[in-house]
Amino acid sequence: MQVTMTVNGTEVSRDIEPRTLLVHFLRDTLGLTGTHWGCDTSNCGVCVVWVDERPVKSCTMLAAMAGGKSVRTVEGLERDGELDPVQRGFMECHGLQCGYCTPGMMMTARWLLDHNPDPTEGEIREAISGQICRCTGYSTIVRSIRWAATHENSSSIESPETAGSPS
Amino acid sequence: MQVPSPFEYERAQSVQHAIALLERLGEDARVVAGGHSLLPMMKLRLADPEYLVDINDLREELGYITVEGGEVRIGALVRHADLLADENLAALFPIIRDAERLIADPVVRNWGTLGGSLCQADPSEDLTTVCEALDAQCVITGSSGQRVVSMAEFYRGPYETAVGEAELLTEVRLPIRPGGASAYQKVKRRAGDWPVAASGVAVWLDGGTVTDARVALTAVGAEGVVDVSDVLVGATPSEEVFAAAGALASAASAPVTDSRGSAEYKRHLAGELTVRALRSAVERALSSTP
Ligand SMILES: Cc1cc2nc3c(=O)[nH]c(=O)nc-3n(C[C@H](O)[C@H](O)[C@H](O)COP(=O)(O)OP(=O)(O)OC[C@H]3O[C@@H](n4cnc5c(N)ncnc54)[C@H](O)[C@@H]3O)c2cc1C
Ligand code: FES
Ligand code: FES
Repeated sequence: MQVTMTVNGTEVSRDIEPRTLLVHFLRDTLGLTGTHWGCDTSNCGVCVVWVDERPVKSCTMLAAMAGGKSVRTVEGLERDGELDPVQRGFMECHGLQCGYCTPGMMMTARWLLDHNPDPTEGEIREAISGQICRCTGYSTIVRSIRWAATHENSSSIESPETAGSPS
Repeated sequence: MQVPSPFEYERAQSVQHAIALLERLGEDARVVAGGHSLLPMMKLRLADPEYLVDINDLREELGYITVEGGEVRIGALVRHADLLADENLAALFPIIRDAERLIADPVVRNWGTLGGSLCQADPSEDLTTVCEALDAQCVITGSSGQRVVSMAEFYRGPYETAVGEAELLTEVRLPIRPGGASAYQKVKRRAGDWPVAASGVAVWLDGGTVTDARVALTAVGAEGVVDVSDVLVGATPSEEVFAAAGALASAASAPVTDSRGSAEYKRHLAGELTVRALRSAVERALSSTP
């Protein structure tokens, strides 16, 4: 079947099998490997992306279900070559070690700050409670998101080279 | 890599269109709402439909929460996150926010729906218990029109409901009765997990005396609403009365030992969580009446 959706602002249209999961569509069909794929059972949250402005575990959504909708992945966090404050927070506060959970954590963090610009530690922990990090012990992730909350409007550093749009 | 078996995908444009598709495609077709129960089952081949009818575009027809004529009407496509956020619901039926805070995790709650939860009829599912405690009515729509059934008729046992092959659950109705309050208490092992056990309670008071009470349990093998009227109706709320109702809840449960806990522990939880839910619901009822 033909599926058409907007990914990070760019319209894409591909012929897919209806059973294709959104996470595989993004990674394998579009080459956007920033979104990770882990447990496959909607428990770990490394696959979180936004569909129509709502975070979803993309291992538990069909690519077909995202047809006609707007998808935002970690590659869509930077704006005009500038890293998002959330990305900068993770750099500043050591919010990652192996980095496997990071894209999902950052997508949820961005959504949280858009809806609650000054979250408490408890609110941050609740927001990321469906996502697992095996490395950091979460404290530095919480600190990174707090850093982003207090630096939302500060000027940014330049982003490194990234593959931002679908291939 | 876990992927479902091949199937054909159709997107419903309206409730009537969805029903027509289900009628035409027959028993090999399934509705997908949030997909957060169905897709995991399809990956494991516990479900193997040949056709999926996606109803997510029916937000206008099925995505409402309205208060009218002494009841709240909730469309089947309302998502957990919407139920959690709704202030009217939280004021009228605090049990809903109690339960929603602890269902899955915030990202899963963005997509899982009320209709999907009730139709999945998982014995560990929380909203069935909530709807039983609140004496909800379910509206089931098919090509020949609508029928309205009680929760006792709707829930036929684990994974079985009154919804027919070519029907949709379209609406849940919650009656608003004065003097009432409600609460939900749940124990789970970790954030995001399903319940070990839970208890949902609704009570009605008049001048400090209980006039009606409903208790329902999750994940402990209890069937339907626990009959607590003998100890609660006509009583003045007290710890002794709550303990007697808790004992009835324990006795009504028939849990099994599994990775979430022993049968004995779950039976204990059924009683203790009922006591806590009653305590909280009565406190809410007394503080909301002038
Ligand atoms: C990690 C995880 C943790 C979870 N934890 C909990 C928890 O603690 N407590 C809890 O209660 N739930 C939990 N859930 C389940 C979650 O709430 C599901 O989203 C919900 O049970 C199903 O809703 P859905 O919209 O995703 O349904 P779907 O998966 O789309 O559908 C489920 C079933 O209902 C049918 N169906 C859906 N809508 C309709 C309709 N309108 N009419 C007729 N049939 C319909 C489908 O055909 C299917 O058979 C969890 C899920 C996950 C993934
Ligand atoms: S891969 Fe999607 S939640 Fe783990
Ligand atoms: S940084 Fe390794 S899993 Fe989180």
